[in-house]
Amino acid sequence: MGELRVKRLCAAALAALVLCGCATTGGEKAAKADASTKPLVMGLDASLNPDPFPSTYKPLPSRPTAIVGANILTATGQEIDGGVVVMTAGKIIAVGPSGTAVPQGAVVIDGTGKWVTPGVIDAHSHLGVYPTPAVQARSDGNEMTDPNTAQVWAEHSIWPADPGFNRARAGGVTTLEILPGSANLFGGRAAIIKNVPSLTYQGMKFPGAPYGLKMACGENPKRVYGSMHRSPSTEMGNVAGYRKAWIDAAEYKRKWDEYHAKAAKGEKAEPPKRDLTLDTLSGVLRGEILVQNHCYRADEMATMIDISHEFGFHVAMFHHASEGYKAADMLVKEGVCIATWADWANFKMESLDGIEANAAIAFKKGVCVVIHSDDETITQHLNQEAAIAMAAGNRIGLAITRADAIAWITANPAKAIGVLDKTGTLEAGKAGDVVLWNRDPFSVYAKADKVFIDGALTYDRFDPHYQPKSDFELGQPGQGEFQ
Amino acid sequence: MSRAFATLLLAASTLVLSASAETVAITHGKIETVSAAGTIEDGTLVLKDGKITAVGAHVAIPANARIIDAKGSVVTPGIFAVSSDLSVMEVEGVRNTHEESSKLGAAFDVQYGVNPASTLIPLVRQGGVTRAMVTPVAPHGREGDQDENAGEEYTAGDTNDGVNASSLFAGLAAGLRLNVGVAEPVFAPKAAMVADLGDDGARVAGSHGAALQLLKSALDDARFYAKRRSAYENGQSRSFALAREEMEALQPVLNGKIPLLVRVHSAGDIRQLLKLAKEEHIKLVLEGAEEAWLVGDALAASKTPVIIDTEADLPQQFETLGARLDNAARLQKAGVLVAITGNHSTAMLRQARFNAGTAVANGLAYEDALAAITANPARIWGLSEHLGSLAPGKDADVVIWNGDPLETSTWPLAVFIAGAEQPDTSRAFQLRDRYLHADDGLPPAYH
Repeated sequence: MGELRVKRLCAAALAALVLCGCATTGGEKAAKADASTKPLVMGLDASLNPDPFPSTYKPLPSRPTAIVGANILTATGQEIDGGVVVMTAGKIIAVGPSGTAVPQGAVVIDGTGKWVTPGVIDAHSHLGVYPTPAVQARSDGNEMTDPNTAQVWAEHSIWPADPGFNRARAGGVTTLEILPGSANLFGGRAAIIKNVPSLTYQGMKFPGAPYGLKMACGENPKRVYGSMHRSPSTEMGNVAGYRKAWIDAAEYKRKWDEYHAKAAKGEKAEPPKRDLTLDTLSGVLRGEILVQNHCYRADEMATMIDISHEFGFHVAMFHHASEGYKAADMLVKEGVCIATWADWANFKMESLDGIEANAAIAFKKGVCVVIHSDDETITQHLNQEAAIAMAAGNRIGLAITRADAIAWITANPAKAIGVLDKTGTLEAGKAGDVVLWNRDPFSVYAKADKVFIDGALTYDRFDPHYQPKSDFELGQPGQGEFQ
Repeated sequence: MSRAFATLLLAASTLVLSASAETVAITHGKIETVSAAGTIEDGTLVLKDGKITAVGAHVAIPANARIIDAKGSVVTPGIFAVSSDLSVMEVEGVRNTHEESSKLGAAFDVQYGVNPASTLIPLVRQGGVTRAMVTPVAPHGREGDQDENAGEEYTAGDTNDGVNASSLFAGLAAGLRLNVGVAEPVFAPKAAMVADLGDDGARVAGSHGAALQLLKSALDDARFYAKRRSAYENGQSRSFALAREEMEALQPVLNGKIPLLVRVHSAGDIRQLLKLAKEEHIKLVLEGAEEAWLVGDALAASKTPVIIDTEADLPQQFETLGARLDNAARLQKAGVLVAITGNHSTAMLRQARFNAGTAVANGLAYEDALAAITANPARIWGLSEHLGSLAPGKDADVVIWNGDPLETSTWPLAVFIAGAEQPDTSRAFQLRDRYLHADDGLPPAYH
């Protein structure tokens, strides 16, 4: 097994950061002066610099554009036949029926017989961190050295030249959540990116999007660490591991809150030592980071929800969630989304009860449903994955419409990863993340003709100039041509 | 045997027998014959004694026939899963449910490991699949197969690197019929020998080129052995790299009775393999073949069929840098016999029909795509006399669909295998229906 051969990092203590914590003897006055005149250097207090790897994303050049005459799925429950979508300066400015005003000078695209949807959002991707080619030297998705690696950030593992980004864009994917893998109880921070070609991951980072925290239930953590004769090696070991970490995080948060409160009042205060692991976990407790929890079984979901109550945080979404259909009532009550596939199941014990109608049944019971990929191929046709899940429901008379199912790959993932105020639906004011499909996007024959990100054309099926290729593929067989 | 059990068995066998003996006329179907007869827009199909006895626009309906009015629904041959793990890998992550052998190599005959009770057979049948070729996988050839719990979505980080692999050969394939209640589902044993080249072959031989040389050496050994069996038995022969039973198992490949199914990916490996096959006078079937479009003419000239996953468009490894979505369309145009698979693993076997649809979206003609999941698998495995199309005399494997069978929005309305209508059930459907059940205060376990 790969993880067995991963050389264990020696348990070297972190190089001790010498903090200015020595007691002074100058009385309260002097201490006050100390605290107010000597703020910590930026890297020692997360609150001073919460965004140390800031986004440098700039939308690609765009022109005012109107798509006219296409059938529009807004992902707000509407289907508009033969409508109009207008984008200017990167934003959607109008979505309406035939006759909706088109600004003078706008590029007008004839959408007759075609369909328009919001850009597809893949809420569970490992593009860049497990890129293709899938070689050991680029296998950067799991820091399998400790069951709690909340200190690692997936963005630092992203290889921007992963050809998978280009393939996904050709499938209409405009936004992705890039997660660490599921080997650990706490896998690390997940990053939200805009799917544009970029030299750096900073150039892809979705401005203003919150971070996610990847957690994993079940078989993976206990298998990986159990096989190293470490904890966790059982389900109960998993749960003890989560709780211990949240206790530490709560304590850490308390110390920093106390320090900041005192420092704000100008009182003498000794700053706690910064800890990247606990920074991330306390970020969850502050409601700034969204929990994205790999969890297949209904009973495990119930445990995770109890832990969230015990420590005062909220699980944004259970990923994979093969048994979402069994847990629907609980998920609705707690307001937790599920992200699942159409019919990938049965590959291990915790996915044994996965059924094609999972998404459809959960949706009909009121659950916020997301269709995700966790895969560099499925991400290219999430529209069809959603279609298969929709058909499984319609096979048993659940009467799920296109207007319902489009939200599974647009508005709902946007909500679950925390960017619904910016993208995920076709509404005035939202980002111009838009896909023009050659036909009903739920058809097996559907292809994305044009993909817009922040109003800019980023992919065109008929124009080689808008079919970007990865550096890696130049000079190789196929040259990055995939269709 | 308990009396109740005996009665059940009797009931089951009666059910199957009577169903097989049933005469059925499917009327007003849009019949996709996948034969020279093409599409019959409003046709009738007659099934009798397990065979198709008539198909056409104007067909006399036997007096005793049960008539099913298809009302314009699409009628196709049953889907033939051209290469699969069906019934030999119940749960990928549970090693004890895998049928494979590092010890037997070429001599491993998968027919002995087939599990007729697999819960996946009914599941797959409900996707319109009526036959499956079970093609064994060498223990080194399955992704993430290093321990009993490693059947993982790949993001758990499993890799194959450094796995000790012992043989290029995975063993002998077997054809399955997917009828309900059949204790012996194997209908085509020893249908092919399976071998790995490329990265998987390199895990045995050391590199791609070394794997080709090792394959050639194995075939030479087997040929040499067959000419001097008595010398071998008397201990008067040179030693061989392969065991006696492996060399015996390879004889049908050497004498052209069965094809060698080779999992191979790069254009370079494919070219070398075609040369080797010509020298050795063996028949090949290629699986994977992501770069086959670069070698289309040579594949057509040598009449070498290929089995491809039409979604493969990424440079997953250095051996598939040229993967393209139009591989199927380009191969068809070059004159190559193409079959389309879903994911090899059972969990996604039902997706072969959608992958055929994907091929259409990428340039393959509709009728060619339909053939790639029905008639072409039958041809590849030498079974087209009985299977793969709707024509008089063929086995009555028939599916009635509520629309285009390649579409995401459709499902089978009825599935017949050898003339017997199959029940609309599976473990997954039972789970589904249990949790759909209205809450009456009792746990779902009571439903």
